[in-house]
Amino acid sequence: MSARLEPIVGRYLHLDLEGRDNRIYFEEAGQGIPLLCLHTAGSDARQFRSLMTDENITDHYRVIAFDMPWHGKSSPPAGWEREEYQLSTSLYTHMIMSFARALELDQPVVMGCSIGGRIVLNLALEHAAELGALIGLQCGAYVPRYYDSSWLNRPDVHGGEVCAAIVSGLIAPQSPDEHRWETLWHYMQGGPGVFTGDLHFYQVEGDIRDRISAIDTTQCPLYMLTGEYDYSCAPADTEAAAALIDGAKVVIMKGLAHFPMSENPELFHSYLLPVLDEIRAISKT
Amino acid sequence: MIERLPELVNGDEALVRRGRYFTDVFMIEVGDVQYLVHVRQGRIDAVERGPFVMRPWRFALRASAEIWDRFWQKFPDPGYHDIFALLRKGEIVFDGDLQPMMANLLYVKAVIAAPRGLS
Repeated sequence: MSARLEPIVGRYLHLDLEGRDNRIYFEEAGQGIPLLCLHTAGSDARQFRSLMTDENITDHYRVIAFDMPWHGKSSPPAGWEREEYQLSTSLYTHMIMSFARALELDQPVVMGCSIGGRIVLNLALEHAAELGALIGLQCGAYVPRYYDSSWLNRPDVHGGEVCAAIVSGLIAPQSPDEHRWETLWHYMQGGPGVFTGDLHFYQVEGDIRDRISAIDTTQCPLYMLTGEYDYSCAPADTEAAAALIDGAKVVIMKGLAHFPMSENPELFHSYLLPVLDEIRAISKT
Repeated sequence: MIERLPELVNGDEALVRRGRYFTDVFMIEVGDVQYLVHVRQGRIDAVERGPFVMRPWRFALRASAEIWDRFWQKFPDPGYHDIFALLRKGEIVFDGDLQPMMANLLYVKAVIAAPRGLS
């Protein structure tokens, strides 16, 4: 195979979050409407590389994805060695909006998956006026703790192996091996306790069921796309949340699970492109 | 199905390598029928069919015959495609010392799923 460069460009941004300097790595490609992508718990922004190499998307959208602090190439802030990482609704929201403002993104579309799918519901409540549209992938208001996440961070179990093994069933049986194992590799590379710390938000602190009926989709459109094989945020979880939100548009994606953008990009894009086209049509009016 | 684990696993060099640190005995219960799976360094030494009297095992996975039948389809339906999917549905029980299972979870999941599509 001949050598070739991808259009993706990566940079570091220094961002003050809750009084601490964070060196945030982000990647981007394309031009047009900003499309800010939020990765899943315990992984990083590489999950969105397929969007940044698909001209059907990058011809119209500036696709941007950052590694959350503690994830990917965004190291934890100084002093991390003396604390336990735990993601919260307020920190996550603050991080996303601070990043968008720092890059001067005008009315960005925010698309998040899993924990990212959850936080878009909070963005819909608190920041709708600043956002062009919201897309929640594997988006639900609450997930009960159906397994003990302390197994993900203990010295007698390899953290990288077990984090990948826990999520391995959250990839559809039909997804191509190449993409399945790259998705798992991202999990194998997570820092100790980071996946667990994200799950604190996902399974404990970030229960948003009581609030989502106040979401106003006339101010900011909300799309909820969920893979049928996901059992962490199952289609029924998405439908239960959508039932509380007037105007939320739900798509259940056949043959996909919890990581649609990285487990089977081609199939996922067949579901995403009509949504992006619709958002683009709305943004022109 | 489960009786064929030795040929299904031992013929898969990459899977045996994945389980190279796993040497133990675990139980799979298919409804009322018990199986003990003996593993040595990632190779399946033997699969014994019960009933057993006072036989030790490290961990056990218990589900109904109907659930395992759905799990072992070549392309299982959503919710029946992973043991943790079954766990969330309350259709499987994990019992015993789970540390060896969790420490070798990619391997154990692949062994359990090896009979997929055989029926």
